[in-house]
Amino acid sequence: MILIIRMKKWMKIMLVSIPVFFTGLLSAQQRFPKPEFETGYVQPSPTIPGPRGMEMEYLDVFVLFLVLSVASWLVIKSRSRRGILWLSIFSLLYFGFYRSGCVCSVGAVQNVALTLFNPGYAIPFSVLLFFLLPLIFALFFGRTFCAAACPLGAIQDLLVVKPISAPRWANKLLGFIPYLYLGIAVLYASTATDFFICRYDPFVGIFRMDAPFQMIVLGVSFLIIGLFFARPYCRVLCPYGVLLNWMSRFSKWHISITPAECVQCKLCSSSCPFDAIEKPTKKGVEIDSAKNLKRFIVYALLLPLLIVGGGFIGAKSHIFLSKAHPDVYLAELLIARPELKEDPGNLDVQTFYSSGKPLRQLVEEATQIRQKFYAGGMVLGGFIGLVLGMFLLNQVIFRKRMDYEPDKGNCFSCGRCMDYCPVGRKMIK
Amino acid sequence: MMSEEKSCNRREFIKSGIRLSLALAVGSVGGVVVTRGSSEKWVWQIDPFKCTQCGRCASSCVMTPSAVKCVHAYDLCGYCDLCGGYFKPDAVELKTGAENQLCPTAAIQRNFIEEPYFEYVINEDLCIGCAKCVKGCTSFGNGSLHLQIRHDRCVNCNECAIARNCPSDAVTRVPASDPYKIKGDF
Repeated sequence: MILIIRMKKWMKIMLVSIPVFFTGLLSAQQRFPKPEFETGYVQPSPTIPGPRGMEMEYLDVFVLFLVLSVASWLVIKSRSRRGILWLSIFSLLYFGFYRSGCVCSVGAVQNVALTLFNPGYAIPFSVLLFFLLPLIFALFFGRTFCAAACPLGAIQDLLVVKPISAPRWANKLLGFIPYLYLGIAVLYASTATDFFICRYDPFVGIFRMDAPFQMIVLGVSFLIIGLFFARPYCRVLCPYGVLLNWMSRFSKWHISITPAECVQCKLCSSSCPFDAIEKPTKKGVEIDSAKNLKRFIVYALLLPLLIVGGGFIGAKSHIFLSKAHPDVYLAELLIARPELKEDPGNLDVQTFYSSGKPLRQLVEEATQIRQKFYAGGMVLGGFIGLVLGMFLLNQVIFRKRMDYEPDKGNCFSCGRCMDYCPVGRKMIK
Repeated sequence: MMSEEKSCNRREFIKSGIRLSLALAVGSVGGVVVTRGSSEKWVWQIDPFKCTQCGRCASSCVMTPSAVKCVHAYDLCGYCDLCGGYFKPDAVELKTGAENQLCPTAAIQRNFIEEPYFEYVINEDLCIGCAKCVKGCTSFGNGSLHLQIRHDRCVNCNECAIARNCPSDAVTRVPASDPYKIKGDF
């Protein structure tokens, strides 16, 4: 016993006098063997609270399926704006506040992209279903996911107070950003750089009631803008909305403003806070088809040029784009500023040098990642070129529209316009 | 009238064709991904042997306080009186006074067992995951104190904010069936 105490005292002196010297011996274990207790002390064991079970994840998928089904029924069959509103509040509470906004279909895009390009990552089936289900529903019933299942949409939809109609060109121009956002998010996810969408999700902090200050500011400012420019995230940023837009454009069924024949009363024309109602084409205005055909041909010839040009610019910007990858960033930093090796304040650099990994290996890895960005950047640029070209082509395609109709791509199926239709009211009576 | 019906039919036909191809596209992406998917849930885990106790776990987590907490592997503990994880290196005396403690939130409880041994218990409600005690214990002691992501607090973000900031790549995705890497368990 005395011996042990003496030893402890000796250690005390040693430990106090040599504080930092021993940090090199990190891996050494059991410097002080566990004592044998005489008083019958029972050693506790560390607790390991388990994560949420997989069956609960499947429950989330089931709830999503249920919400989508009910939403589609409410939109297409029962035509009840009130029902959609209550369902969206449920989704906000369940997927938003109860599930803390994670897992969500918008973010699942990245998991799918990461799985496609990284054999090392296996997507859980529940996340895959979160990605697929809304798309399949959109293909049949329109964007009912946006109407009632998406918590990000629901929180903004509740705060549509005084929507202001934006000019057509502004809506078109802002509608470009989601394509760019989707492209960059997929590029960064597939190169395992970053989950961009989740990182800059403005509302997840509100759902968790906990976030860095700047994210709360971002979320609240989105909500404040949303008082006047309805659902700004959905219209100007949401990358998943791009995919839903494509699906919904060719959906089998879709919300219609009037349940029967449109009487052209124009009552619904300003009912949509999202500027997603298309007016009938004016009668008596003849379209100069010869001139339009010419423009169509020019734009059609321009399309491949835009794709190639976009691809070229994308490939050229791969060095810039790849800076977001932490390994590339670190390799660049170490090459550009070798003096950082002596800077004890730079944690990343110090940890790298103390890990014993040679710089050459890091640079090699970074070069490989950059190669991926070269191909990825080219595809991204080509994609943006294609979107631009299709946008131009759409400008010269005219369709005759007799009635007030929702723009199937941009319509969120929220159902506000249905309440404005006098035909529908008459039928209810 | 006839021609209008025809053009309507043609438009319908093109539309269903595009719809079918979109369905096929979604289906094939889903099909490819399914073959690489997993029926298991994945969670985030810290490898305590890679951890360099930089302290970023406390500040990087989206939760406040962090979902990372200090875990004590009692099997490895030497039950020292002078605990490198409990006392500051320049502690005035080996007493529980706040001025002697390394932990900024006094989350470590020091219990006397028998001469000269003391038990150290982490109070998780107070622990912020700053790794100060872990550094002390790993540097001067057995390394029984180490950080773990506590899955009752972790919201399992799609991409862990700590994993992105970790300088030693100690945070990775692991199957949820084995969520912890407690030192001394293997």
